[in-house]
This record gives sequence, structure tokens and C-alpha cells, in this order.
Amino acid sequence: MTVSAAAIAKFQYIDCDPEKCVGCQLCEYACSYTKTGEYNTYRSRIRTVRAEEVLMTAIACRTCENAPCVTACTRDALTQDPVTGIIRVDAARCDGCAWCIEACDFGAISINPATKLAEICDQCEDEDEPQCIKWCPKDALVLTTPDRRAQRSRHKLLTEEVAG
Amino acid sequence: MYGYSGKILHIDLTERKTWVEEKPEEWYKLYIGGVSMATRLCWENIEPGCDALSPENPIALANGIFAGTPVPVGGKYGLASKSPLTGFIGDSLSGSWFTIALKRAGWDGLVIHGASEEWVNVFVDDKRVQFRDASALLGLGTFATEEAIREQLGDDQVRSATIGPAGENGVTIANVTNDGRQAGRTGHGAVWGSKKLKALSVRGTQGVTVADPETLMALSFEITEASQGPHTSKYRMLGTATNVLNMNKLGLLPTRNYQEGVFEDAELVSGEYLDEHHKVKVIACAQCPIACEQMSIVRDGEYKGSMTGIEYECLYANGPNLGINDMRAIIKLIETCDQGGQDAMSNGVTISWAMETFERGIFTKEDFKCAKYPEGFEPNFGNGEAAVTLAEMIRDREGIGELLSHGTRYASQQTDKERGTETYQWAMNIKGLENPGYDARALKTFSVGLAVGTRGGCHNRTAAYDPDIKGVTNRFTVDETRGKVAASTEEYAAVYDTLPLCKFIRRCFTGKADRAGAWPMIAKLINATTGWDFDYDDVDLIGVRAHTIKKAFNIREGWTRADDHLPYRWHHDPMTKGPSAGYVVTEEELEYLKDLYYEAKGWTKEGLIPKEKLIELGMADVAEEIGV
Ligand code: SF4
Ligand code: SF4
Repeated sequence: MTVSAAAIAKFQYIDCDPEKCVGCQLCEYACSYTKTGEYNTYRSRIRTVRAEEVLMTAIACRTCENAPCVTACTRDALTQDPVTGIIRVDAARCDGCAWCIEACDFGAISINPATKLAEICDQCEDEDEPQCIKWCPKDALVLTTPDRRAQRSRHKLLTEEVAG
Repeated sequence: MYGYSGKILHIDLTERKTWVEEKPEEWYKLYIGGVSMATRLCWENIEPGCDALSPENPIALANGIFAGTPVPVGGKYGLASKSPLTGFIGDSLSGSWFTIALKRAGWDGLVIHGASEEWVNVFVDDKRVQFRDASALLGLGTFATEEAIREQLGDDQVRSATIGPAGENGVTIANVTNDGRQAGRTGHGAVWGSKKLKALSVRGTQGVTVADPETLMALSFEITEASQGPHTSKYRMLGTATNVLNMNKLGLLPTRNYQEGVFEDAELVSGEYLDEHHKVKVIACAQCPIACEQMSIVRDGEYKGSMTGIEYECLYANGPNLGINDMRAIIKLIETCDQGGQDAMSNGVTISWAMETFERGIFTKEDFKCAKYPEGFEPNFGNGEAAVTLAEMIRDREGIGELLSHGTRYASQQTDKERGTETYQWAMNIKGLENPGYDARALKTFSVGLAVGTRGGCHNRTAAYDPDIKGVTNRFTVDETRGKVAASTEEYAAVYDTLPLCKFIRRCFTGKADRAGAWPMIAKLINATTGWDFDYDDVDLIGVRAHTIKKAFNIREGWTRADDHLPYRWHHDPMTKGPSAGYVVTEEELEYLKDLYYEAKGWTKEGLIPKEKLIELGMADVAEEIGV
């Protein structure tokens, strides 16, 4: 995976701890229901991935700074909220061409097969809290920033490698 | 209709054609889903009396009512065919993504008819069906087959149920695997193999809608939260493998082909040992917040790198039951079964029969020649490498593996015919299906539950070990209450197997696992999903009907009272060690228990179902065929 330094941002995003994730997909149910009223993992804005039997995680929009999807969109349909970093899709402009999908290193964007519009995690702005976080039974999901994420890694390194 | 599409997809492998059958809502209210609906579909589509490995035996598949919704542990399906091991109903359950994909493709169930001439991968792509050439998949293990299909189709959300090399090779104890979960028992893999069906793949892209989503979300969330508490901690922390030490303490842990019920090295094959030395990660079935699958790896030695999920039944069968105390060999054995696509329980119990037959001098080293050991080998109890080699020989039907590949009933009958021996006396099966990991000599309610089981030696369907182990009933004695108890636990279990919900959730509704604790919540979940008006009694009847259709299937296939039997050893050989030593179930006891059980069910003394009973259950068409 190649992520340019500029893509590391200060904004919050939904992060999954692969050690805690058990791959149940309940986050996808919660997301698709919240956003569409149906249960359909193809319509979830967070997606679980599994590389091997025991290797799994869930991925949603990382709210990159200078988000490459925004730059890639040829019709200026995507804008990034300067405060939250959330990517918004202008339904009048988006034509479902999928350039944004190609630009996203995280595979965090999908096209709604019915409306042909790009769909991206908006951290459940309209709800009390991100619904995937609420539903994850293993507390694998958190709203974090790259900086906090780094702190967590350093802490883990210390406890695991130094303390044994 | 909510929760269902009302459509069953029929696929004919001989003619390579498909058709759609629409079912009325009333039919769904009777059979619901899972094993009940799958058995009913098999009943409707089979040629009665056919050979289980002939094209006339269909493969019937039914989703769960909650598959594809956030109802915890509801992502399961039932699979039914006539079993080549028992000649009776082979109904299995399996979990995970496969059934959810099928639901999202718009099908409540599938029926696969006929047989293909070439190896085929049937791909249900929403509404379309493709018959894809499967020759490139042959020889691949179960997990590798699933991955290869996703690769071929370029979609990581395609889910497949597959057979491994065992099913391809015509091994009778072969099974069907999806997402690392198995429709494990009764030989489904052999049925699929006989049809040259290597895999059934599904892509489902539509959403699932329910009658009252707000209520369903609220209830599901409540149960999900409860599922992280003490009611499931056993399953989450150590998984079912924790039973090893419990069963050993009770003297019920099958050891060396059920010769004893205590294993001197139980600590070394316990869930606790597994957790400390081998666990990599715990993973979940789709739609499951519990997550009980203890993925375990071998870190050193000859089997280094072997990895698979370990649960109690596979562990007892391939560990203590083979006298093996090296967890590394056990993991390797179970991995061999899981990747090769054969029932790890039947595998262990068949190998233990072979080991005992060897130790008694009937089989000799000569009988165990194979490519790996051209001079033969000596499969004494405790010899891990011998067991691993035998599992591979079963998978490949190599040498004596051919005999063993058809399970203990066939292997013992064949041996006794050829050699004039009596090896059937330690062939541990009921109706041809190898027994589970609880010794029934000192679990007397359980013994009748197992004997009458519609699919043979299966603990899950009867569940009567529970009152015996908990002390609700006296496990060492027999009395007039036991028929009712066995009928009741069996119908209780059938509710879970029909919805299906994984039984590990049973305490998470109200803290109490009994009917009063669970049925009201299950009724609410059903109503929020379908818009129906089910109450406690309706939920209870789900289990009664499920069990009745399975029994009716068996009666039509020629079942008689004599088929409800126990293995010879449990009648005649008491164990010598531990708290269960000295007990057997006498033949008189068993006959008495069967009388009580048939009476509790409202059946005749011969175990047949009266017409009125079937009509009362809304099964008039069944009454016409088999009612008395
Ligand atoms: S925060 Fe909301 S929109 Fe984003 S992935 Fe989670 S549920 Fe979906
Ligand atoms: S809900 Fe949590 S544990 Fe389940 S798949 Fe999503 S992130 Fe993983």
C-alpha cells in the first residue's frame, strides 16, 4: 500500500483493531441499515476484509488530508469538510464514474448500484454516534486520529516487547 | 411476505436447467427454515427408497429465518439429503456468509436434483444460475476451493459451499464446508461427490428487509450486548474445548475407542492447554457477536504450521479417543479432516475402531501398508503419526483407508464377514453414524435420546445429556420420567436447529435458557422479522414439527423400532475407571426407555405416528403417506 505523507491527516476516522475484530460483519449490518433501511453488506460504508482465515479487519473512510478522491473527481462532486474531514458527495454532480474508487488506497468508497452515486462513510453525522462503533461487539472500532493511533502503537510496543 | 422471498430455486444437474417454485406463507409458518424446511424439501423431492448416492436423492438447502438480519447468531442454514451412512435423514447445520448470500440472492431454499456428468461448480448469481466447469478446482482442499472460486469470479463477496478431496473420492464420511464451517455429519460430501458437484457458489447483492426493523434492531442490540457477558464467557474464552476436563472429571470422556471414560493425560489435551500453547485467534461466524472458534496452530515439530479451529467434538474424537496426548498431532489430524472435507468426529471414531481391532490382533502391520509406509505401520493407541496417516488414507481411500472411508458400521460388517470376527462389538455408531463425545453408559436419559435420534449418534439433536449432567435427572438410573425428558430436550433443540439460531445464545435472552426464558423473546424476533403473530406455543410447535418431519422421512425409508439401538459396547462392557465405572445400559433398560419415549411423543408402541397427531400439526399430506 502506498500512502503519501500528505495523506496522513489530523481528522478523525473509524479505525479497526485487527486483533480484536472477529469478522462478524455486524458493523456492516448496522451501517447498511442506518444508511439504506436494508441489511446489505454491499451497501455498507465500512467493509470487513479477510486475507487469511485468521487475518481480518474492517475499513472505512480515513479522511485523508488533501484527500486523493476529491482531487481525482473530474466533476468536482466531492468536497471535504475542513473541520471534520468528512467527504461529502454532491448527488447532482456525481455520475458514478468511479475515479474516486481508483484513487482511494483504502477501498473505502463504493458506488450504489441503484443510484450510481459514490457512497462514503460520514461518521454518522446525523446520528448520536457512529452506528458501527455502537454495534461492534468486540469494541474493535474507535473514532481516532492518526496521532492517537500512533500513540496506541507505541504503547503496545512498550507493553509487548519491553515488558514481555 | 417479510423475512422470506417465497421462492425456492430448483436446479437440475442432469438436464442443466432450473425452475422456481413459489411456496405459500402457510407452508413457511409450518416449516420455518433450517433443518425443518430442508428436511421438508428433501421429503417433497426425493424418490422414496432410492440409493443415497443416486441422482434421485436431492440436496435440499434452507436458509434461516434470521439470516441476513442483525439477529445474533442467526446466519445459519440447514442441509438435508438421505444419508449414505445411515440410510435415513441426513440433516446438518452450518453457519456463516454462504447462507446470507443466498438470502440476499432472493432464495429461501435450494433443491439440487439429478447428477452431473462432468465436475461442476454451480454459481447462483442473484437470479441467474451458471453451470461452471470445475475441473480446475479438483483436488483442492475446502478453503483453497473457496478462495480459487473468488479469484476466478473476481469478487471477494462470493461465498461457496464446497467438498474437498474426500468428497471427490467418494468417501462416505465426507462433509460439506463453507466459510470454514461444516455441514459436518451424515456424509453430505459423499452425496455431493456422487453428483459431481464440487461447489455451490452464491452472490447475493440485494438487501434484506423485515416487517418491523426498529423493533428488530432494538431487540438484536439488547441480545448482542448480553452476549458479551457471563452467559457466553465459556464459549468466548476457551470454546467448547473446555469440556475435556469436565467430561474427564465425570468419567464420560471417550478414551481409546470408548473403552474408558477417563484419560490419564486429559490436561495435555484440554481447552486450557490449547489456549496457552496453540491459540492464535478467536473468530466468528457471520452475524455472530459471540465468536467461539478457537483458531489453533502448531508452532514446532513435524506438523509445524498446521492450523485449524478446534472444538470439543473433534478434539475428543481425535485426542483421548485415540489415546493421543500430543496436541500437535491432534491439530494436524483435525486440519487434515477440515481441509480434506471429512467429518472429524466420524474420522476419529473410525480410526479408534481400527486401532482397537489392531491391538486385539485382528489387523496386523501388513494391513496398514501405504505409499508412505510400504512395509506397513503399527497403529497402536497413542500413535499420532499413525492416526494422521490413517486420516490421509481415508481421504484418499488408499489401502485400508478404503474400508475405513465408509465409517464404522460398514468397516466392521465387512471385516466380520471376511474374517469371521466380531469387531462390530466395538464399532461405536448408532444407525451407522459415529457417536459423540459423551459416554452414554452413565448418562441414561441421554442413552435413549441417542438411540432414537433420527440421524443416528448425534448429541446435538437430542441434547438429553444436559439434564443428566446437570443432575436434573439421576444419570446412573432409569425411571418413568425419562421418556418425557428425552422428548422434551429433543424438541427444544429442534427449535434452535430450525430457526436456526446457534444454541450458544440460549442464555442471552433473559439469563435463563429454558423454554420460559427463551421462547417469548424468540417469538418477538420472529414477529418483528415476518410480521406474524407467533406466541410461546407457536415457537414450541416449531420444534415438534421439525422433529416430526424428520421422523416421518425415516418411516417412509423403512425405519422400524429395531433401528433405535445403542452400540454393543454400551450394553455389555462397563468401564473400569472413574466415577462412571461399572455402568452399562442393559437391553431391557433401553427397551423400557424406548416405550416411555414413544409414549411421550404420542406415537404407537412400534414408534409410528398416528394420523390424527400429524393432522393436528397441520401435516395432513404426511399423514396420508405414513400415518397409522
Ligand atoms: S460511521 Fe456510520 S457511515 Fe461510517 S461506516 Fe460507521 S456506520 Fe457507516
Ligand atoms: S463489528 Fe467489530 S468485530 Fe465485527 S467485523 Fe465489524 S469491526 Fe470486526
